[in-house]
Amino acid sequence: MSSKNRLRRTMMFLSTQRAGSIRDAYIFAPDSIIFDLEDAVAVSEKDSARVALYHVLKYVDYKGIERLVRINGADTPFWKEDIRASVAAGCDGIRIPKCETPYDVEIVEEQVLKAEKEFNRPIGSTLLQIAIETPMGVRNAYELSIASERIFGISIGAGDFMRSMHARRRADGAELYAARAQIVLAARAAGVQCYDTVHTKVKDYEGLEKDTSLIYDMGFDGKSVIHPSQIPVINKVFTPTAQEIEKAQSIINKLSNEAKEGVGVFMVGDDMIDVAMLEGAERIMALAKAAGAYKGE
Amino acid sequence: MQLNHAAIGGTEDSGDVLVEVSPGTGKLELEITSKVLVLYGESIKKSVLETLSRLKVTDAKVVVKDKGAVDQTIRARLVTAIFRAADMKENLPWGDL
Repeated sequence: MSSKNRLRRTMMFLSTQRAGSIRDAYIFAPDSIIFDLEDAVAVSEKDSARVALYHVLKYVDYKGIERLVRINGADTPFWKEDIRASVAAGCDGIRIPKCETPYDVEIVEEQVLKAEKEFNRPIGSTLLQIAIETPMGVRNAYELSIASERIFGISIGAGDFMRSMHARRRADGAELYAARAQIVLAARAAGVQCYDTVHTKVKDYEGLEKDTSLIYDMGFDGKSVIHPSQIPVINKVFTPTAQEIEKAQSIINKLSNEAKEGVGVFMVGDDMIDVAMLEGAERIMALAKAAGAYKGE
Repeated sequence: MQLNHAAIGGTEDSGDVLVEVSPGTGKLELEITSKVLVLYGESIKKSVLETLSRLKVTDAKVVVKDKGAVDQTIRARLVTAIFRAADMKENLPWGDL
């Protein structure tokens, strides 16, 4: 998998304000860490958090875990320096908060390119993640997804979105259905990944599993995490079962064999299979391999 | 780098370090307190002096109250204090750190 398409089942937010919490985060093994310079950092400590972030990115070995940075919004005095520090230290990508129009992406990309040149980073190496947190952002999800070649994925942040919508949280996720559907549609049309919002009730593992099952079935690639204890719950949902792996393997093998015989439709168990199901089967196998659930070729 | 006034970086929380810097009297003065001073005092001193050298700070008083911070935290808190004392908020010299 390329760095744009790598496995991102769990993307864990970490406040860069607390020294103790950021240096050992790799032991929880999320697929990505999002170092937060935005909401989780008090205004008086923005400078301190940015310097701490620079030092952990530069000097701590995160054992191959992706290192992203949520910068402050372009309506603050902090975002340009956030980008300079993150790029200078070699972060893998920048998460842009509260995106509403392609212009929000363009101005960040311009600063990222400038920083890559200033600090001798490979041009184009810093990826971008779009965070959608408003009704306007949802409406423009596709345009945002194609606003830059650096974009690897888009995500929905429910906190601000719910406030904008005058909506209230429900256990079945009905209040977010329209937005989630738009995000996943836009991502698939644009050929980028998509990630769901955090589950804010940290100890509600049953609710988290239901929420994750819903977004997995909708086609999302992963979910944001606010506590390490949520990681195994989400990984479990995003890891194909032995049965799913076996079926996907059968589909791939049979399609390969039957194609040679000129057969387009056949049965695997009780299911009718045709070539349109190949992509889904290959995706299951790729997920199983990346998650370590399948060791074969 | 010229320090204009006293400033602090960090906290006295466990795993962190509180660093206070202030304009010196023509030289570097360094004061370190730590529960692990016997074991790590030299290492902390080395990190502080290296960081001061990288930022070309030659005239300052530096007080370090270590609460079990790792090396990169000590360096980060010192850099924060120096930037604050020098009133540097933008176009920071990341490449020199």
